[in-house]
Amino acid sequence: MSDLRNEFEFAVVGGGLVGAAIAWGLAGRGRHVAILDEGDIAYRASRGNFALVWVQGKGGGMSRYAVWTRQSVDLWPKFAEALRTESGLDVCFQQPGGLHLLLSEREIENRANALKRLHNEAGRAPFEYCILDRATTQRMLPQIGPEVAGASFCPLDGHVNVLRLLRGLHVSLQRRGGTYLSDRAVQTIEPSGSEFRLHTAHGQIAAAKVVLAAGLDNARLAPMVGLDAPVRPQRGQIIVTEKVAPFLPYVIQTVRQTDEGSVMIGDSVEEVGFDTSVDGKILAAMANRALKMFPLLGKLNVLRCWASLRVMPKDGYPIYDQSETFPGAYVATCHSGVTLTPGHALLLPAWIDHDNLPDESLTDFSARRFHVSTAQ
Amino acid sequence: MFRRLNKGPERLLTIFVDGAPTSARPGDSVAAAMLASGRIGCRTTAVSGAVRGPFCLMGVCFECLVTIEGVASLQACMIPVREGMRIETKCGNRTFGT
Amino acid sequence: MIIAAGELHDEYDVAVIGAGPAGLAASAFCARAGLKCVLFDDQTGPGGQIYRSITSSPLSRHCVLGKDYWRGETIVRDALASDAHYVAGASVWGLLSSNAVAVSVSGITRQIRAARIIIATGAMERPFPIQGWTLPGVMTCGAAQILLKSSALVPEGPTVLAGCGPLLWLLAWQYLNVGVRIDAILDTTAQRNWHRLFRHAVAFATSSYMTEGLRLMYQVRRAVRVVTGIVELGAEGGERVESVLWRTRRGRFERLPCNTLLLHQGVVPNVNLAMSARVEHRWSDTQLCWVPNVDDFGSTTAPAIAVAGDGAGIAGAGAAVACGQIAAIAAIRALTNKASHKDEERNARRMLHRYQRGRTFLDLLYQPAPHFRLPRGETIVCRCEDVTARQVIETTLLGCPGPNQIKAFLRCGMGPCQGRFCGLTITELMAETRGSSCAEVGYFHLRPPAKPIALSEFAGLRSDEAAMKAVVRE
Repeated sequence: MSDLRNEFEFAVVGGGLVGAAIAWGLAGRGRHVAILDEGDIAYRASRGNFALVWVQGKGGGMSRYAVWTRQSVDLWPKFAEALRTESGLDVCFQQPGGLHLLLSEREIENRANALKRLHNEAGRAPFEYCILDRATTQRMLPQIGPEVAGASFCPLDGHVNVLRLLRGLHVSLQRRGGTYLSDRAVQTIEPSGSEFRLHTAHGQIAAAKVVLAAGLDNARLAPMVGLDAPVRPQRGQIIVTEKVAPFLPYVIQTVRQTDEGSVMIGDSVEEVGFDTSVDGKILAAMANRALKMFPLLGKLNVLRCWASLRVMPKDGYPIYDQSETFPGAYVATCHSGVTLTPGHALLLPAWIDHDNLPDESLTDFSARRFHVSTAQ
Repeated sequence: MFRRLNKGPERLLTIFVDGAPTSARPGDSVAAAMLASGRIGCRTTAVSGAVRGPFCLMGVCFECLVTIEGVASLQACMIPVREGMRIETKCGNRTFGT
Repeated sequence: MIIAAGELHDEYDVAVIGAGPAGLAASAFCARAGLKCVLFDDQTGPGGQIYRSITSSPLSRHCVLGKDYWRGETIVRDALASDAHYVAGASVWGLLSSNAVAVSVSGITRQIRAARIIIATGAMERPFPIQGWTLPGVMTCGAAQILLKSSALVPEGPTVLAGCGPLLWLLAWQYLNVGVRIDAILDTTAQRNWHRLFRHAVAFATSSYMTEGLRLMYQVRRAVRVVTGIVELGAEGGERVESVLWRTRRGRFERLPCNTLLLHQGVVPNVNLAMSARVEHRWSDTQLCWVPNVDDFGSTTAPAIAVAGDGAGIAGAGAAVACGQIAAIAAIRALTNKASHKDEERNARRMLHRYQRGRTFLDLLYQPAPHFRLPRGETIVCRCEDVTARQVIETTLLGCPGPNQIKAFLRCGMGPCQGRFCGLTITELMAETRGSSCAEVGYFHLRPPAKPIALSEFAGLRSDEAAMKAVVRE
């Protein structure tokens, strides 16, 4: 588990989905890579998310993001199969199509306008979608409640078992010869000649290159290596029920049945800083809305509730960047870490490893975009 | 197997476990009444299909989950019997049919 | 005073959770001091587990359950006679912000507010993860005692008790009182514990536990086959337990047919509610469990929340009464801003001191042996999700830093028991595998609901416009 020399070609800071996927990809390219992770108590959005592989509605304001999302989603089947072969774990990737249920005519109108706007902006259609009326929605989901007015539907949307995904990446990373070091929260990074020294409470680690995939902590770490990662926490709360026999043939944006049978109900959007406590008022509102969508859920027992923090870049889009002042330092941070996992596992590592981009337009994701806009 | 110490002329009531009439003593929990009638197992797990029965009798282990009067996933050890009560044992994950 | 859920007020000075000795004493004391107090308990009658069914037990002959049990009558009577509102069948599942208590009664959740909260959720049995402990017919000694107290039910057919701790001997003694045949008692008390005990022996010898405890053990040993020095234990069977097998320190294997196997290796605080209310806990190296960080009055790190009784560390019913009174005194002083009840506090502390005497001896003597806390191989650790010891150990070796990560990887602790019967084992097993301490490894991060609760009950909680806005996506 530990490397005695504490010297690596790559140090990936952060063992969540983004870091684990990049490290997995680098290890697959034969690189000597280590993940430096926090301990058991961490914000860790990878443990607290809704596990959607989601396309609809994404990319407003940045068409490149819609394309990148689509690229990743298209890679999902290939990636899931590779992970299953290597780790023995099936992440149950399914792409039955996703519905965003709407509870009034007004909600339908707003949703239709938002999606239309997005498509007009994008210039070309980044994803197929349609607005369904109540009758069609009910044919697809016979259990909907009387208040459901309709839905938007995108056939590309899907979901995975995200906990098995993270475990699969960790199992497989180690089979690829990668190193995982927990309890190594990075305090400071010191660029030193041709390498980087990463200081932790449990000693120092040296690496030729460093990839920052530390989620919310990227905001603090990036400036140490001449990078910028303006991300903020955005709280989302989730309710998880006991298991029930499969009843949802589609993925619903805020009501999802896992492959094990639990129903997850999500997920609030709250700007409350680093507060991860659950709030009864929000849970009540989520439960209410879920019951309007599916009244039969009322009898299910809730086993867990949690609040987790989204890693939200300033403008909502991913940040992938390399340092100009300290070559060999990279940052990768985003909100939709599940959807984008194949991109992070299969495409980004090549870029990082070769010091160039697999697709030049990934430069759109550089944090320079923030500096341009502030200069204007 | 369990037996009752008091075999006096006390009033018994009848509950139905998976349709079978079962006698119970007022004050029994559903779990106690089931154990007294020789039903040691009360459900199968969704993960392995193994049979499970009451374990803690005080509401903390959640092994004795049954359906009572149509409401699924109730703790048999926490609910007192009532005359005519209908109880269904559980097989794997609950379904929306019950 | 017993009230129905419909009669609950919206606000109380003090809410007490758990109607065992600590909660009964605390609520009676608060009510006598003129505070408006409510006492919630999820069982159908008062008494907690120690005085379980004391107002309804079909075993009215006092000699069967013993005089320690019937001592509870006064405690229960005082609380019921007081002005404190007692609601039975009431599951408190969340202590939410601003001292809101979410309580479910008959499938309906209500939210009441209390200026002070005293958690008195008592103890539960320590997990005893051995091969076959999930088989029907394998139960805890506590469960068997509940069946005895509340329904006068006793095992019929080959019956074996296994483990260590006072409750095991008490149950055996109670069974003998009513003519139940016990085929064997398998004593797992670690022999080395006896050697570590000399310095605590004097305190124990002069304690109340001494005479009573030794008398029980003597009577049981005379009547039942007791096998000591058990180092391996397992249950076998198909759809139910059919036999128990064990190995002794001397290497002797034996298998005995049985259809009831009753396990016990001590009790531990029932911490779920307190932890979900963000009360800080620490690992106790003597009791080998998590205990809340409390001061001399039971006050915790969470504002306005105290923990009293076994939930704050195992000390028994007598100490629980004293701690309940002391927590009540703290609540009264906080609410009235007066340093009142000095005499009562002194008396309660004297009583507490008396009951604490000899406790360390018991804690150390009955500290369960490592091999019964640290299972191996295919022994199930998490009963709800069928997670085995092998899986926990292998996944820890991946570098998994603690219970929350392993919960995400293996689902252990995700079932309806919410980690109650696997949490301690996971902490200890991970600490052993990682070569670190239990305190470092930590515990599951628990949040409301502290008990599974129907989604419709969540929907009934108070909400507002801002909350609705935070969950609508357009």
